[in-house]
Amino acid sequence: MIAIVPRLFWVGWKFHLKGLTMSSFFLLVSVIQPLIFATIAYYMYEAGAREGTLLYVALGAGLMGMWSSTLFGSGGAIQWQRWQGTLELLIGAPPPFIFTLLPLTLATASIGLYSIVATLLWGGLLFDVPLSIEHPFLFAVSLPATALALGLLGLVLASTFVLYRQASAFSNLLEYPVWLVSGLLIPISLLPGWVEPISWVLAPTWGVKAVRESALGGEPLFAIGMCLLLSAIYLVIGWFSMANFERLARKQATLSLT
Amino acid sequence: MAVIEADNLRRTYSTTTGVIRRRRLAVEAVRGVSFQVEDGQLFGLLGPNGAGKTTTIKMLITLLLPTEGTARVLGYDVVDDSREVRKRIGYVFGGDRGLYERLPGLDNLKYFAELYGVPPREQKKRIEELLELVGLTGREKERVEGYSRGMRQRLHIARGLLHDPQVVFLDEPTIGVDPVGARELRQTIHTLVESGKTVLLTTHYMFEADALCDRIAVIAKGEIVAEGTPSDLKNRVRDGKVVEIEVYGIADATVQTLREIAGVRAVNVEEREQAQLLVVQTETDVELTHTLLGHLNGSNVGRIAAREPTLEDAYVALVSEA
Repeated sequence: MIAIVPRLFWVGWKFHLKGLTMSSFFLLVSVIQPLIFATIAYYMYEAGAREGTLLYVALGAGLMGMWSSTLFGSGGAIQWQRWQGTLELLIGAPPPFIFTLLPLTLATASIGLYSIVATLLWGGLLFDVPLSIEHPFLFAVSLPATALALGLLGLVLASTFVLYRQASAFSNLLEYPVWLVSGLLIPISLLPGWVEPISWVLAPTWGVKAVRESALGGEPLFAIGMCLLLSAIYLVIGWFSMANFERLARKQATLSLT
Repeated sequence: MAVIEADNLRRTYSTTTGVIRRRRLAVEAVRGVSFQVEDGQLFGLLGPNGAGKTTTIKMLITLLLPTEGTARVLGYDVVDDSREVRKRIGYVFGGDRGLYERLPGLDNLKYFAELYGVPPREQKKRIEELLELVGLTGREKERVEGYSRGMRQRLHIARGLLHDPQVVFLDEPTIGVDPVGARELRQTIHTLVESGKTVLLTTHYMFEADALCDRIAVIAKGEIVAEGTPSDLKNRVRDGKVVEIEVYGIADATVQTLREIAGVRAVNVEEREQAQLLVVQTETDVELTHTLLGHLNGSNVGRIAAREPTLEDAYVALVSEA
């Protein structure tokens, strides 16, 4: 089993990535929405005369798109799989369900990487955002580290969505609060003190810190390390919750609509 | 040793009613089902919609946990050894769902070949063989969303056979498929059994079970009401008679009255365009036509005919009695 896992991940990631890019709805969410986020963020920045640079705002907006894409992937895609009858097939296949689900959530987070690129290009073209990166190598490392952490957070969420049929409604509910709490839209320092500990356990907080500090200058290594640490923690939580929720879903008959 | 063993399987679903004052309800979908399927046998689970066929099959393929009872496939318990069961079985659900619509059929097969551990070097050959078997060669690169229902069903069968499973579960595989497509599917199922696989098939088509199955269990309201070879089941009604009466508008209460007449075994109502056909099964040694007509006062009666009972009548009688 161990030997086939990397291949299973690679084939599953490619398969789901291809499937997601064939969905016009998902592409709309991934292609158009980040540009809208970016536009709103730029105007908020101009109106508020805040500290920081336009690139700081652009990267936050990019992460907003990436989080939306991950949420849609973990919640919406599970619901979609349930609706099209493939959720049962994935659970009924011999590998542990986490091996079939993780490539899906990683695929949606990977598509979210596009948000960063699109937002930067949009900002450069329309708002004269300078596209200079201070630490190109660390920037290149921080992006996949962020995608990994978001994908694994998506896995934790997806494990609950397997059990509950109203998953997509719940995922919509999580979109805006996480933007705020993770400091994607406004700095966390502007929020009440009790919000900060919540932000520490959310991957987008460290993801945006990692990409911002590697792009604008700073010490991104700690944030990249936190992304990897959180990824490992999410993986452990996801592993246990997936095993339990899979059994509960079989008990409560929530895997299919029929 | 039996390949599939179900022992007193029960499954209850809990559901709720009402919007403001919600009440929890327990629905017993399967109520103590037991049967065994021997190696190389094609076993049919026959019953009307809602009889508990799909629930039974989902417990056997490890997608639902039984509320009570046990089941084993190839000696492995479906609850405790679910992973071992999953490796060794293939299953196919009827209907349109269960495929990645936006991707080509070939991508669907490649992905599931990977999930079922088909060695990479063997995947291409295996997929080609299966495409040939189900008659989809040349269409595999098209997106599934453009497939007809029959093509989807054939792709389902190919998917279920990728890892060459010893046991195959087919849940109403011909549902919604046109007659020619259904006949081809039945031929494919026949080929599977000839190749030595053990098959459990659910269907609500009597003729399909008759044509394909070595043994049949009739399931109604969550319970097995009869089990045997198709000949055994036919023998159950050989000593009866059937009266068919065409009526124009008949109340449910009247049908119930007919069922209570001494000598009547079963009454089934088939809807025709503007009329209903009452199919009344009676004992051999009674002549009930006049009695039946006497109870139909007030209804317009058309054609009346008597005939020998068929296998379908046996099925209707068994299901009606449940």
